[in-house]
Amino acid sequence: MKQKTVTVKNRAGIHARPSALIVKTANEFDSDIFLELDDMKINAKSIMGIITLGANYKSNLQVIADGKDEETAVNAIVKLFENRFEEV
Amino acid sequence: MMNDFTVLDLLNLDLKDHNSLNLKCLEGRKGLTRIITDSEINRPGLTLSGFFEEFAYHRIQLFGKGEVAYLKMLEETKKMENIKKMFSYKLACCIFTNSALPGEKFLKLAKTSECPILQTDLSSSDFELRIIRALSDIFAPRKTIHGVLVEVFGIGVLITGRSGVGKSESALELIERGHRLIADDSVVLRSVNGNFLMGSGTNEMLGHHMEIRGLGIINISHLFGVGSIRDKKQIQLIIDLETWNPESGYDRIGTDELTKKMLDVEVPLIKMPVKAGRNIPILIEVAAMNERLKKLGYYSAQEFDNNVLKWLENKNARNLYSNNTDIF
Repeated sequence: MKQKTVTVKNRAGIHARPSALIVKTANEFDSDIFLELDDMKINAKSIMGIITLGANYKSNLQVIADGKDEETAVNAIVKLFENRFEEV
Repeated sequence: MMNDFTVLDLLNLDLKDHNSLNLKCLEGRKGLTRIITDSEINRPGLTLSGFFEEFAYHRIQLFGKGEVAYLKMLEETKKMENIKKMFSYKLACCIFTNSALPGEKFLKLAKTSECPILQTDLSSSDFELRIIRALSDIFAPRKTIHGVLVEVFGIGVLITGRSGVGKSESALELIERGHRLIADDSVVLRSVNGNFLMGSGTNEMLGHHMEIRGLGIINISHLFGVGSIRDKKQIQLIIDLETWNPESGYDRIGTDELTKKMLDVEVPLIKMPVKAGRNIPILIEVAAMNERLKKLGYYSAQEFDNNVLKWLENKNARNLYSNNTDIF
């Protein structure tokens, strides 16, 4: 199992478009990938789950992956957050 | 519990009809951020009379008619020490029932100690019932899981399974057939009194939307009407969808009863293999109806097995007659 903390850096937070990007990226991997915020742990392969997390600007999330390609999976998701989902 | 539950959250609770608490804040607005840690409440009669041992100050303090009359007496006779001492503790908040108003000195003390004073027009016993119900709901153990919760023929069915196995699609067809959606994708489970599981959506503002591959996000209540949605429902059956595995032996008779334990509550579980040509929504409908039959005390599979046993027994008896001529 691989785990990393990320911070939401884009002003608008994790709305529909960033969620879609996360799901698209997560689906490229075989590992089970989860996002955790407060007491909510949701599957990163489901759009509605990610949106209902309600992750706003500057909130901290845990990216957790478990499986064969967990290392690359976590890094790929973290990279999306680092690039602010190509937003401001 | 997502965050700490504050007095402000208590005031903001959106409860309706017979659950509504009718609270308003009289004084001590600065203290509205105080955290309520306990689902129980305290009647501060002993405290007011000067007995401070085992004083449950962190609980909500409820002032009914008796306490208010005693307060009035204390103020009139200018015996304010006990009240002052009470406010030196960090009380969660004080609530006055029956629209009662505390005296001015009391309010002044509350203001300086930043203790929120709330008022309700309900009677003490009614308010007590409602707040205990509301708080035990809030402090109930909870967990968010991945799945879809639908109500099928009055049975709360939780559909689980891996991403992409067809949970949302099955739920959509069930809704199309007149059943109701409670939550799609992430379902919040709460263990009510440790007896049963209550399921609801994670967020009321975003509730009752579904994501269907190829369609995107759709609004169920707008598409199918308010009759097709529900806010919460007890979870009475879990259907676990899994891709067909020829190696796994599926239950062919239905006499094995599987259960799944979540938050220490056992819920009946059905493992449902998914394969082209199997109409999952219809199977879920039948499973729900079968569950209702079981609740009424009729177990299809067991009853069938009993009939088979009886029939075999009859045949044995017949054979006995026809083969054994000595019997007469």
